[in-house]
Amino acid sequence: MRFVLLLLVALIVFGAGGCIWLGWYRAIPRVQPPARTAFPSAAIEHGAVLAALGNCVSCHTAPGGAPFAGGRAVQTPFGTIYASNITPDPVTGIGTWPEAAFRRAMRQGVDRAGDQLYPAFPYDHFTEVSDADDADLYAYLMTRAPVRAGVPANELSFPFDYRFLIAGWKLVLFRPAAFRPDATQSAEWNRGAYLVQGLAHCGACHTPHDFLGAEQSGRSLAGGEAQGWYAYALDHNAPAPVPWTADSLYAYLRHGWQAQHGDALGPMREVTDDLITAPDDDLRAMVAYLAAGRNSPLRHRPPPPPIAPPAGRGEALYRGACGGCHDNSRGPPFAGIDLAESTTTHAPNPANLANIITSGIPAAGEEREPIMPGFGAVLTERQTEDLIAWLRARFGAPDPAAGIAAAVQAARSEMTQREATP
Amino acid sequence: MILNVNGQEHDIDVDPDTPLLYALRGELGLNGAKYGCGLGQCGACTVLVDGRAAFSCVTPVMALAGKQIVTLESLGSADNPGPLQHAFIQEQAAQCGYCTAGMIMRAEALLRRNNQPSEAEIRAAMQPNLCRCGTQVRILRAVGRAAAVIRTAAEAHG
Repeated sequence: MRFVLLLLVALIVFGAGGCIWLGWYRAIPRVQPPARTAFPSAAIEHGAVLAALGNCVSCHTAPGGAPFAGGRAVQTPFGTIYASNITPDPVTGIGTWPEAAFRRAMRQGVDRAGDQLYPAFPYDHFTEVSDADDADLYAYLMTRAPVRAGVPANELSFPFDYRFLIAGWKLVLFRPAAFRPDATQSAEWNRGAYLVQGLAHCGACHTPHDFLGAEQSGRSLAGGEAQGWYAYALDHNAPAPVPWTADSLYAYLRHGWQAQHGDALGPMREVTDDLITAPDDDLRAMVAYLAAGRNSPLRHRPPPPPIAPPAGRGEALYRGACGGCHDNSRGPPFAGIDLAESTTTHAPNPANLANIITSGIPAAGEEREPIMPGFGAVLTERQTEDLIAWLRARFGAPDPAAGIAAAVQAARSEMTQREATP
Repeated sequence: MILNVNGQEHDIDVDPDTPLLYALRGELGLNGAKYGCGLGQCGACTVLVDGRAAFSCVTPVMALAGKQIVTLESLGSADNPGPLQHAFIQEQAAQCGYCTAGMIMRAEALLRRNNQPSEAEIRAAMQPNLCRCGTQVRILRAVGRAAAVIRTAAEAHG
């Protein structure tokens, strides 16, 4: 017994010691914040495009806060991580970081002072970004307006609050490596692969994660989770009842919606809002990469929908609350999307359907975009569950009854939280 | 089925998927809520359900058993307008007036949970309701005015 205890203590001591040793990075000395004139304007402009492709602003901006000034809470299974301030403020931002420190953060997930960064910052993807692109991203960020804004301390459960342990995580689950092009593929495919795997970090949401928070190997883009939303599979299991084409995928990324596939919502809406400034060639390249190969979403063949509508309490609710818009021949933009063609009603889990029914699709600022009223105010939890169960059965979702109660509960608590915060 | 409207229970005989708006206007003669688009997009039909603003045109009555519905009629009358109605009159916050009832109910939902809303909060809360005449600025002012009146009254009551 004593021996086992000793062994355990030794393991913990050596494990922690190993992490400290492995994770020991020297601090890179501070520099004076570089002047705007230190950067060629072409670099800054290209950096802006890259920052949009990487959707940096989404995580690094608090709701209602200044862009890139950090503070947004990122929920993880291990607790809440607050995104850092990446404006060039010398005190609270990255103003004193030399380019080498920025590049090290992107490539290796280590900050200027030498501390480990949590992989909520997706350096498992950003490690593939080229030195030249890192330099332009740096030029763009260092020429933003500096914002003095501290960020709340992370709220992580023990032992995840010890940063040095990340070194152990990296030892097993992370390999810093630049992107290696595949000579057998076209230049467009390689450009797409570089973006999808690297800067655009699609897998950070669209790939399932294991219990250690790492992307499951061999299941790239097989469908994941992001902030209470299901991030659809982008491989041959893409649940769209209308199979994707290269053109419809491109249109969806370009405009944030596509007539037969509907609207980008939740975190994906933030991505497509950012992609507005992305070059056509880059979007086409990402589509070319995603659409190639035997796991292409273009190869998805949806199962036929059920012939007869199922019985259930949800049917009358559907007729009364949804049918007016969704059950007619007018179609968008004069009525709702045909739910027989909707990815949401066919998804492997009901999270997104619960979110949309509960909170609707809010109008997006000045843009002309789809809207839908939320029904969280008038439907009880039970009624929402009934409606979802019927919709998923009606339109042939896989395992239509599974996970509904949890999804509705999560959607409703999100609604209540949103109402409580001004 | 039984509908609880403005604190009173009404036994009405309608199909379960009848929109609440039709029940209010057709069965109960409560004509405050208006039929606008019928698609939950304009807000002319807004009422409160358990304190939250809801589009009554896309709310089937079957969903409302046991819930408290509040319509414009309960906020005051022409002779004795409530604070929001009074503020809308003071600011002359109507042109054709078709959206007004819905606007007032949307504002009522806001002021019930927050009686000191900022300008930004008022704008965000009123966002789902449309006015096609161009009275928006007056409507925003009226909501701010009503909030101040309600606040003062609350403070006077200690």
